[in-house]
Amino acid sequence: MSQKNKLSLQLDVSDFLPANQDEKQSLVVMRESVSFWRDGIRRFKKNKIAMTSLFIIIIVLLFAFVLPYFYPYSYEQQIRGSENLAPMQYSQQELELKAAGEKVFPHILGTDSLGRDTMVRLMYGSRISLLVGIVASFLVLLIGSLYGTIAAYFGGKVDLIMMRIVDIIYTVPDILIIILLMVTLKYPLKDLAAKYEAFSWIETIGVGLICIFIVFSLLYWVGMARIVRSQILTIKEMEYVTAARAMGANSARIIRKHLLTNAMGTLIVMTTLQIPSAIFTESFLSFIGIGVSAPMPSLGSMTAQAIDGIHSYPYRLLAPALMISLIIFSFNLLGDGLRDAFDPKLKN
Amino acid sequence: MSKLIEIQNLKQYFPVGGSLLKPKYVKAVDDVSFFINRGETLGLVGESGCGKTTIGRTILRLYEPTDGKIFYDGVDITHVDMLPYRRKMQIVFQDPYASLDPRMTVIDIVGEAIDIHKLAANSQERKEKVISILERVGLNSEHANRYPHEFSGGQRQRIGIARALAMDPEFIVCDEPVSALDVSIQAQIVNMFEELQEEMGLTYLFIAHDLGVVKHISKRIGVMYLGKLVELADSYELIFHNVHPYTKSLISAIPIVDPNEARTRKRIVLEGDVPSPLNPPSGCRFRTRCKYATDLCKESEPELKEISSGHYAACHHLDRVE
Amino acid sequence: MSKVLLDMQNVRVSFFTPAGEVKAVNDVSFQMNEGDVLGIVGESGSGKSVTAYSIMGLLASGGRIVGGSINFNGHRIEQMTEKELRKIRGNEVSIIFQDPMTSLNPVYTIGNQICEVITQHTNKSKKEALARAEELLRLVGINEPKKRLKQYPHELSGGMRQRVMIAIALACEPKLLIADEPTTALDVTIQAQILELMNELKEKIGMSIIMITHDLGVVASMCQKIAVMYAGKIVEFGTVDDIFYNPQHEYTKGLLRSIPRMEDKEHKKLVPIEGSPVDLLNPPAGCPFAPRCESCMKICLRQMPPYTTIDEHHYSACWLLQKQEFEKGGEKA
Repeated sequence: MSQKNKLSLQLDVSDFLPANQDEKQSLVVMRESVSFWRDGIRRFKKNKIAMTSLFIIIIVLLFAFVLPYFYPYSYEQQIRGSENLAPMQYSQQELELKAAGEKVFPHILGTDSLGRDTMVRLMYGSRISLLVGIVASFLVLLIGSLYGTIAAYFGGKVDLIMMRIVDIIYTVPDILIIILLMVTLKYPLKDLAAKYEAFSWIETIGVGLICIFIVFSLLYWVGMARIVRSQILTIKEMEYVTAARAMGANSARIIRKHLLTNAMGTLIVMTTLQIPSAIFTESFLSFIGIGVSAPMPSLGSMTAQAIDGIHSYPYRLLAPALMISLIIFSFNLLGDGLRDAFDPKLKN
Repeated sequence: MSKLIEIQNLKQYFPVGGSLLKPKYVKAVDDVSFFINRGETLGLVGESGCGKTTIGRTILRLYEPTDGKIFYDGVDITHVDMLPYRRKMQIVFQDPYASLDPRMTVIDIVGEAIDIHKLAANSQERKEKVISILERVGLNSEHANRYPHEFSGGQRQRIGIARALAMDPEFIVCDEPVSALDVSIQAQIVNMFEELQEEMGLTYLFIAHDLGVVKHISKRIGVMYLGKLVELADSYELIFHNVHPYTKSLISAIPIVDPNEARTRKRIVLEGDVPSPLNPPSGCRFRTRCKYATDLCKESEPELKEISSGHYAACHHLDRVE
Repeated sequence: MSKVLLDMQNVRVSFFTPAGEVKAVNDVSFQMNEGDVLGIVGESGSGKSVTAYSIMGLLASGGRIVGGSINFNGHRIEQMTEKELRKIRGNEVSIIFQDPMTSLNPVYTIGNQICEVITQHTNKSKKEALARAEELLRLVGINEPKKRLKQYPHELSGGMRQRVMIAIALACEPKLLIADEPTTALDVTIQAQILELMNELKEKIGMSIIMITHDLGVVASMCQKIAVMYAGKIVEFGTVDDIFYNPQHEYTKGLLRSIPRMEDKEHKKLVPIEGSPVDLLNPPAGCPFAPRCESCMKICLRQMPPYTTIDEHHYSACWLLQKQEFEKGGEKA
């Protein structure tokens, strides 16, 4: 039979016995379960640039929040005789102390015109920038997403009115308003802190800082509101939301469990990208002199003070400027990395 | 035989701009009445723009009806608070990819219904309930903690059905539940619908464009065209003894899965396209494509009349239609 | 004897994705003569569309013809460069897609889009091309063709857009028309119109058609030969009568059993095919249909079945058929 020759493999009768369920089932195997977050984190980890920027941010956070506790100098400490030192330079007194056998911690980045250690001021300046960036962005996220969700969910006239308010706030020149608000809020806040016990914490954090938070919350939530609104509008039309309504879910449940959860990826990315712009605004405000008040350093005010001595002491400008750039750059790359990892459109 | 669902003169108009003085509407459903007996399946067929999907969702009050009444088990539910009725009236959607929340696990998707209506005392009870429903639709506990994207289309549709069953409903609107599935999977799901109906005494409104599937599962079938019901009869009657010209051309247009039949069959091919629901023809809406149309058809809309027991049709010239 | 228009031999097409190699088409062979209407039937993941696209060299990014030969109208497709392929696309072989909404460019007029094909492949002037476009629109049954030439896709209905697609495809009188689920997105009465149009045009112009669909009803009325595909392989090939009245492969039989027949007078229970479609990233070693097959044997899970010839044009890949041969051979020996 030619048939047998064609078949180069050896068959025998047992091959033609029926296969049982187990043998068939063994071929049907489900792939490992992976949730949206785990999948996103896995993709994020693969992105080298994003991981590097995350690493840098963690280092900067340690630098700004942890290191000062171990540092021998404090930001407002003015050391007589140690003014205008270059990086790693020792003043007369310090050299004498060293000769006498005492340990004197070097001024790694030198000192400013009042004898304050630049390095530790850099740490505190970074702390302010990061605080403003993160807290302000978080406030913007809260206000913006609440506003945008309500406008998108209820639609109709509610949406119309709410969005026109957003449009109006958008057209306001923000720098102008910020400056105005900063100047006008400062004194009432100071009085408030002085008069009432309950508001005394304002003094400790600093009136300037609180002003910045208020101003940010009043103005910058609009961008977030618009983005959240467009996201929610899209998700609202999805059939699984209709399914939830058909089950009898009320508005709160739908917003909480379906709309916001699915918008979460975008929200996180937008917030992360909001941080650098907040930091930049704070630096700018401090640079023009209406940010946090002395002696608390800010990267912006340090930059402003360093401009006068730019020819003699360039390092005093370089240090805070590079620090601002590093922080902003890292957060931008982190935001990009998060977007690539969690954007559902790019999922294949 | 009691009527579980009844709609009377139901209208659903969607505003689409136009000016304040002369607003424009899409008359998606225009004065439709029918009833569905308990335990039976009513099939609804028609082409795009006929309003069959809109009717299904309006009965569930996912859209508020523009006019008309909806009755559930004799009670007028047109304007009541729907929450207690949501338990009894459920829906299965067409698109298994869009109808499940991608961020929720299967157990949460099916369990949401249990949570909303407080049908379980604690999370253990909830888990047990969910798993028993999953088993009923051919899935198992291993699937409970997975996400929708890990399943095939047919499996996702089963999850959607499990979600609808979680509340032990009496009535389910099946909105094209098998159209998006592969042919070999469709039969599995259709069989499952039938078995569930027998076991649980369910009543279905089965909306589809595939007349073969609809005829298989429905006891009675209604044919819709541009928002109106043009014919309604028992399945067998509708397929083999239909009277309305649109029904005839619809059935004639469906490809037959048999080459010899296909070769010898006489086809009625309609001219032209389906008119826009924004501007339906005056009088009988089908007249622009109907070869029996006369001036009477232009002037007056034919009413849905009972021409034999349980068989209704809306046409002025039934005697002339061959 | 009609000439052989298309000869596919052991064609293999794979997509190289980050998740792995997806073997979309796994050793497909068939022939088409001039004037044939071939139906390729299968479900999602069967490889039917990819098989047809490979004839035009139209593969999505990451896709490549990794084996076999495609001989179309004297051209060796798998050896041609993109530039050479562009000369025959729209010219000797055309394609119409499933969704007329997205296949037509919304920012260009109908006239513009039809003329694009004409001027690409012929030396006609703009005026001549427009005249030809009007002629084509009339050919495909669109009324007021002069007016339509100036309209945009969104101004036409789904059925009309599909007719325009057909007009574009026919502009250069191709030898082969590939229709990828051309009526799936259309209403059933419009589908009937389009299928009738395609039949008319086939007679008028004398072109061959490859009809890709999952709808067995459509192939029953349109096609002479049918290839049934599953997971990248042709599991059964035959004339339309062979497939419908003498199906040999369990998958074909299963499909025919599971479709509810409108013409049936009594209520017959549907016999579904159990299980789910195969994962193309991890295809099983043996017959891809084995896990879902009622008559699955041990060898089916281990090895891919060879083709068994049943009739002049009818063959199928199934170990059950081989078993019969094997037993016959055993008796003879």
